[in-house]
Amino acid sequence: MSMIWVLFWTFLKIGLFSIGGGYAIIPLIREQVVDRSGWISTKMFTDIITISQMTPGPLAVNTSTFVGLQIGGAAGAIAATAGCVLCGVVISLFLYYFFQKHKKSTYVFEVLNGLKSASLGLIISAAATIVILAFWGTQTLERDRLLTGLNPAALVIFLIMFAIIRKKKINPIMIMLLSGVTGLIFYL
Amino acid sequence: MLKTDRKTYLWLLGVNLFISAFTFGGGYVVVPMVRRFFVWKKRFFTEDDLMNMAAVAQSTPGAIAINLSALAGYRVAGLAGLVISCIAAVTPPLVILGAVSAFYSAFISNTVAAAVLKGMEAGVAAIMVDLIIDMCAMILKERSAFLSLMIPAAFAANFILHINVALILIVCCGLCIARVFWRRRENG
Repeated sequence: MSMIWVLFWTFLKIGLFSIGGGYAIIPLIREQVVDRSGWISTKMFTDIITISQMTPGPLAVNTSTFVGLQIGGAAGAIAATAGCVLCGVVISLFLYYFFQKHKKSTYVFEVLNGLKSASLGLIISAAATIVILAFWGTQTLERDRLLTGLNPAALVIFLIMFAIIRKKKINPIMIMLLSGVTGLIFYL
Repeated sequence: MLKTDRKTYLWLLGVNLFISAFTFGGGYVVVPMVRRFFVWKKRFFTEDDLMNMAAVAQSTPGAIAINLSALAGYRVAGLAGLVISCIAAVTPPLVILGAVSAFYSAFISNTVAAAVLKGMEAGVAAIMVDLIIDMCAMILKERSAFLSLMIPAAFAANFILHINVALILIVCCGLCIARVFWRRRENG
């Protein structure tokens, strides 16, 4: 029982401090589950990140499930995952409620407008990372690999999918399935 | 205008399970998915509401995918909607990771899975670029130089300068408040 509680508490902290999400929170999770508690090895942590890229779901949720399973079985996985998402959801709800309630205040209205723009900028930043990973297979863009490192198959898949989605406004899940099948044709 | 009938609950459960099972390539792809199902298909709220929710989901701790699912559920069906959406959003990663962790070394070296995922990377990139174009158009439509410039500023701060997301959002809030303050002083 106490182990389940520790898992919940640890991932509650990880969830609370992981603003922005994505790869920025990797060091934070690593510190808690590898360096401090020694729950899993560095090798396994690296494997989790790889698996996380290959399976759906946010990195923090995937890591919490995986570590929870290793340490405390199914109950551990559920406790860790619940801890991981709890703070974010509760704080989101309060903030959203606050913004809705004070919509008429100029300050609140302008802050929300500003946050919308900034958050779009951050989404573009995340998308840029995704595009670089898809086209060049690396985390960051290197100038000398701009042309040589470009994966033509990825560019072709991107252009086809982009044309379909702009023209047809098709279901994103259809695009995921289509691009997955196209990946099989190009890469297998 | 909350919808608290069983049909809506079941729809929320189903749609969130579905969305979450396809959240490859980081949580951001949930934004276009919610747009597709909640805004276009069901017309539960508008595209502007979605941007408010995305801004809140991003500005709070935790995974944007889970926070956004929770807020969308709350918006449609209140607290019950929030709880249902959250549970539905974490279930697919929990189940899939549970299955994968049993034989994860075989999974990592599987070439078919790798080919599908490589294809999906390009698909996700196309979905994100499509979303960004539409969202930028919405903000540029407001014809506010301040809000328009906030997008590239936040992007550059995060992508090029690697500034912490929380800090970017706090500075953004500060700028918005200062702007309202100065405008009031000039007018009054």
